[in-house]
Amino acid sequence: MNRWYTFRSRNHSFQISRRTLLVISLLTVVNVIVAILCVGLGSQFIRPDNVIRAIFGFGDPVHSMIIFSLRMPRILIAILVGAALAVSGAILQGIVRNPLTSPDMIGITGGASLGTVMFIIFFSGVSVRFMPLSSIAGAFGAALLIYLLAYRRGVSPLRLVLVGIGMATALTAVTYMLILTASFTPTAVAVKAFTFMTGSIYGVSWERDVLTLLPWILVLLPVALFYARHLNVQELGDDIAESVGSSVMRKRTFLLIVSVALAGAAVSIGGAINFIGLMAPHIARKLVGPAFGGVIPVSALIGSLILLLSDLVARTAFLPLDIPAGVFTAAIGAPFFIYLLYQSRKTA
Amino acid sequence: MDILLSTRKQKIYFLLIAILLLGAGIVCSVGFGVKNISWQTIVNTLIHFDGSQEQLIIKTARIPRALIAAIAGASLAVAGALMQGITRNPLSSPSILGINSGASFFIVMGSAFFGAAGLSTFAGLAFLGAAFTAILVYILGSIGTDGLTPLKITLAGAAMTSFFSSLSLGILLTGGQTFDQVLYWFVGSVSGRDISIFNAAFPYMALALLGAMVLGKHMNVLVLGEDIAAGLGQKTIYIKLTAGLVIILLAGGSVSMAGPIAFVGIIIPHVSRYLVGTDYRWVIPYCAILGADLLLAADIGSRYIAFPKEVPVGIMTAILGVPFFVYIARKGGRN
Repeated sequence: MNRWYTFRSRNHSFQISRRTLLVISLLTVVNVIVAILCVGLGSQFIRPDNVIRAIFGFGDPVHSMIIFSLRMPRILIAILVGAALAVSGAILQGIVRNPLTSPDMIGITGGASLGTVMFIIFFSGVSVRFMPLSSIAGAFGAALLIYLLAYRRGVSPLRLVLVGIGMATALTAVTYMLILTASFTPTAVAVKAFTFMTGSIYGVSWERDVLTLLPWILVLLPVALFYARHLNVQELGDDIAESVGSSVMRKRTFLLIVSVALAGAAVSIGGAINFIGLMAPHIARKLVGPAFGGVIPVSALIGSLILLLSDLVARTAFLPLDIPAGVFTAAIGAPFFIYLLYQSRKTA
Repeated sequence: MDILLSTRKQKIYFLLIAILLLGAGIVCSVGFGVKNISWQTIVNTLIHFDGSQEQLIIKTARIPRALIAAIAGASLAVAGALMQGITRNPLSSPSILGINSGASFFIVMGSAFFGAAGLSTFAGLAFLGAAFTAILVYILGSIGTDGLTPLKITLAGAAMTSFFSSLSLGILLTGGQTFDQVLYWFVGSVSGRDISIFNAAFPYMALALLGAMVLGKHMNVLVLGEDIAAGLGQKTIYIKLTAGLVIILLAGGSVSMAGPIAFVGIIIPHVSRYLVGTDYRWVIPYCAILGADLLLAADIGSRYIAFPKEVPVGIMTAILGVPFFVYIARKGGRN
């Protein structure tokens, strides 16, 4: 049913179906529309046409101020964090060959949270620009530990998931301990740290957050996209992958590094937002089929959309309260997970 | 499987030692802390209370704390043993399968939105939450042609845990004022509890512990597999329902007292089986006593880790429990 477009360069070729291109364009348009609506909605409503006018520099100065300094960074962060988590999940599901895993469930997000909280507590004088480094280091530490602990003449996906779930619990506990025993003024910082652990993109700023996260995403997403084709081979299983000439372990390690770095970068700014890494790749596969060349970009767009909408609900539905967006991703994510389990009854 | 205590006599002796340890644990828990209190004062509090400050500390803070640690530890361990038997998954426990966080979510929600107050209401909410989550996770873990696989039920539990804790945290964060207090409860702690919390849930938990002892014999048959158990004439559905009820009372009760405490329900059943083998008539009393021992010890330790600040005991057990969990996950993932 698919018409394929093929792009070739000297060493690489890239194939994409017409359907995938169509889905990508549609989702991009939907994302832009939702983003414009999100920019307009809030304690002060700004009409979409005024939003567009302001974006292109012809708007009411008050509108421009609200849009550029308050709402726009938050929207951009939602888009970047959602995309990063979704792609991280898509890669992970491909590697682990278990469609029910995600970076938050097996402790990678937990490691990143621990790294971030450690940064907040121990390096309070250091520039926030280095926070993603700390989060990514935490994510890698956790991933490495999980990988080593699950290693036993190779790493079986089952052991990886089980060990990961145990580690997730432990990492959360250690993070709680750090927050509760740290010697700073208890309540205010604890509330901040816990908001972070639920996942919230409240109060983000251009310099501190957007510009910190952007470079990571701009590097990692294209790499993920470029390497996606190796995931197709990985999914066949180790034996077949080896026999068609893929160096399974080396590529798996590289892909794992990309996935962990994406999750770490996302958590450093957005906090421990759950379930996007689980949901987005599934929806993507439903839309464009299992080939990762399509799944990765579509996941990214869907991840952005989910977080945009979750954050919109989180900041507008209960005004004047601003609820962490992670609450809403969990609220839609858990029923989704139930649906996935229910569906897997046919194949499992 | 190698078991450490093979004869009946050894099993009884060791159980007695564990009970003595339990007594010692309670005494230590009452005596040690930011303010160390002499044995004489403890004894005097019990025989003639004179209302001095030290005696007040003992009566209103230390004794409830020790009793809660003991009953919560016993309950969680026994609940874990029963769950591992029913699901035939060595990683099952009230915390991993989300029952603890489900119970705490119901308490958080009840107090935030429905103005629930009073300790017996909290206990009721915890039981309700535990029941709801247990049923949900069990159904989720068993859908599919291959039935209840360890991986599916563990994943379902993990998903429910992150679902309920996200929602609970969200509610707590927007609730504001009582955050500090609820926070300690939320990560699992036995400090600062009133004796009335203990009184509210204790009857149900004691009943459930007795029920678990009675179930022991039937569990031995059930773990042979449902087909064999049915072939031997057991009405497996009744046994599973009873065990489910017992688990819910135990897990719900301990959450209403101490919050969601992780890993006791995994560690202790495995240690008990290592000591006395797979006979549930021994495993369950061993779990009860050793679980109480462990939580008392962890709670005493938690007072000294960041002295004079206290680390909630739920964090201690989580950190202690992970090496253990990993060991079992590696063993369980072999096939």
